[in-house]
Amino acid sequence: MHTATIDDSAHHDEHPYGLMRWVTTTNHKDIGTLYLWFSFVMFLAAGSMAMLIRMELFQPGLQLVQPELFNQLTTMHGLLMIFGAIMPAFVGFANWQVPLMIGAPDMAFPRLNNWSFWLLPVAATLLIASLFVPGGAVAGGWTLYPPLFIQGGIAYDMAILAMHILGLSSIMGAINIITTILNMRAPGMTMMKMPMFVWTWLITAYLLVAVMPVLACAITMLLTDRHFGTHFFDAAGGGDPVLFQHIFWFFGHPEVYIMILPAFGIISTIIPTFSRKPLFGYVSMVIAVASIAVLSFIVWAHHMFSTGMPLGGQLFFMYSTMLIAVPTGVKVFNWLATLWRGSISFETPMLFSLAVVCLFTLGGFSGLVLGLVPVDIQLQDTYYVVAHFHYVLFSGAAMSIMAGVYYWLPKWTGHMYDETVGKWHFWLTTIAFNVTFFPMHFLGLAGMPRRIPDYAMQFEGFNSIASVGAIVLGLSQLLFLYCVVKCIRGGAAAGDRPWDGADSLEWTLSSPPPYHSFAVPPQVR
Amino acid sequence: MSTHDHPAYYLPPPSRWPIVGSIALLTLATGFILYLAKSAAGPWVMLAGCLILVRMLFGWFGNVVQESTAGQFDGQVDRSFRWGMVWFIFSEVMFFAGFFGALFYIRNIAVPGLADADLIWPGYPGGWPTAGPGLKESFNPMPAWGIPALNTVILLSSGATVTWAHWGLLAGRRWQIKLGLVLTLLLGAIFLVLQAYEYIHAEFTIRTGVYGATFFMLTGFHGVHVTLGALMLAVILGRVFAGHFTPRQHFAFEAVSWYWHFVDVVWLMLFVFVYWL
Repeated sequence: MHTATIDDSAHHDEHPYGLMRWVTTTNHKDIGTLYLWFSFVMFLAAGSMAMLIRMELFQPGLQLVQPELFNQLTTMHGLLMIFGAIMPAFVGFANWQVPLMIGAPDMAFPRLNNWSFWLLPVAATLLIASLFVPGGAVAGGWTLYPPLFIQGGIAYDMAILAMHILGLSSIMGAINIITTILNMRAPGMTMMKMPMFVWTWLITAYLLVAVMPVLACAITMLLTDRHFGTHFFDAAGGGDPVLFQHIFWFFGHPEVYIMILPAFGIISTIIPTFSRKPLFGYVSMVIAVASIAVLSFIVWAHHMFSTGMPLGGQLFFMYSTMLIAVPTGVKVFNWLATLWRGSISFETPMLFSLAVVCLFTLGGFSGLVLGLVPVDIQLQDTYYVVAHFHYVLFSGAAMSIMAGVYYWLPKWTGHMYDETVGKWHFWLTTIAFNVTFFPMHFLGLAGMPRRIPDYAMQFEGFNSIASVGAIVLGLSQLLFLYCVVKCIRGGAAAGDRPWDGADSLEWTLSSPPPYHSFAVPPQVR
Repeated sequence: MSTHDHPAYYLPPPSRWPIVGSIALLTLATGFILYLAKSAAGPWVMLAGCLILVRMLFGWFGNVVQESTAGQFDGQVDRSFRWGMVWFIFSEVMFFAGFFGALFYIRNIAVPGLADADLIWPGYPGGWPTAGPGLKESFNPMPAWGIPALNTVILLSSGATVTWAHWGLLAGRRWQIKLGLVLTLLLGAIFLVLQAYEYIHAEFTIRTGVYGATFFMLTGFHGVHVTLGALMLAVILGRVFAGHFTPRQHFAFEAVSWYWHFVDVVWLMLFVFVYWL
């Protein structure tokens, strides 16, 4: 499909060494690595908070943390996982893979790329420092709802500014990715020849540019309501707290797809490789991703059915939500059809991908359940919702990230990872994940509310099971760390193309690839 | 295939400006938080952050200008800049769309809802403009057909003068670029002065319920964008005097004029939905 490229890596690849290499770098691979490590650190930090939450919930009563700290932990866990772990991990993949997969020498704006990354530690500093200020960290939930978010202390201002900086980083990163994809493709790489991963990131980046400014607008109004006397979310002045929810979820629902579309891209890359068949229904896949993106703008109010909206509004948002199941179903069907009669092998990336297909679909189904107005009003703010979004965010997004890391590690490091450790990591993660989150469906259906440190006696059994699962799930991630570090330090040589079903452009380069990926653009036929 | 078939895309060497920018924003944010916490150090830390930011912008854009005048950018780099600016302006459009969305929601849903809620706010008639049911404040809204209408004419003319300057650039008439830009800058400055006059003499404040909040938020952010646009125009004017830009290569000029037109269009929306209707 693709011809090999001429390797011209001597082209101006001098750079400083040590810390300054990473601080001043304009190289897409260095920046991708920074993003991925940053994301992993945040994953461990936010994961530790989750383990603390689960330990508290192991049995009824207050054991380890007081309610104030519990609320701070749930809020910070959400914010750090979403904005610190999942999103930066996908941007890390985009940095590493998009130029490699479209045959470009680097990203379109290498310096801006550096800034997009180095804003993240600034925001993380503000967020994590807010744990230690008077009054403690933000405790109003990651959705930042007023009036709670208007009443809090200085940590709330720190969180708002951190979100502004994260938004700035995301917008600049997204503009860079869109420009790279639109303008830096190798000759012959037409839009409809781009690997699926690149397509999903093009559309994700579009969503980012469209909705991150809307989040900025919502939190700016929070800030002025807090300090400058505006009444956007105060009924006495003619405002409405529900207005915040509308604006937030206009950002928040596309944000959900921002966190899952690149995951779809990774899965759509890995499944064909290990089935040794081309992706089934490429064109329908592209159309499905695009329709999911378009639909994501008209479903936001399904997050707020219980705020009391007119019947017509409820029906509209319910049906538009149901509609999203159609393109998503197309994608799942195409993955299964790719597997059909494939010559399948079960290396760690493939195991993770297959688990994602099964478990994400389960999360999609519980999402459909929640999209039904009468059911949603029953289940609003219960553990059913917690189960649902962990099935899409952990077994959808996070496990796709793990799949992608195992899949591309040989290309990035030049070494094969340890397959045995990888498989242990996979099985422990998948089993512990289900032990943790599957019982939460039952808890939610039985009426256990989310965001509480204590609960009624009858919920104890499932909570204990979930807590045990969470501890195992958290600790198994240390295996992941071990496996990645071991692979970076050495291992069997990977060769240019360790997976025999892989056919995109990055496999035509050496492992690890030269400093400037494609100094001369490859010719794609 | 040799390297000469495809002139290499310009890849900048490692740069220290992005990390300087990050330090600037961290300083600025810290200062702002201190200011909000009523610490006397706040404004000074903010000032330090701003100075670092300005230094970074001069350094970073200085690098880009040097690279451009050294002829290191080919057509592909130029296209990247164009895409980048287009999507940046799109993100700005979405930012204002959020505030306009809030305005429409407040006028069409929130306020009528409060007027209907007779048990909670008895006797609140709703309608627009309003300071809300709980503030008991009487105020005079900003009339559309005074300064705002004049400002509309001024800003629209400035869009025309910047285009006229662009025609001069394309035709190689340097005097026309300079005159066009100076006129644009003058009109922008007059707009800002009139806007400041309007703010000072407004018979309500940002605390005047949702009317004051939406008015000052929307026109305020627009004013900030006009100020930024004017600063960028001033930089472009300086570069014209320094002999930069050719009829073939002048994307910085175009980017700023796109931005200026965007600010124009936002003003038209403001005039219709904030002042007039």
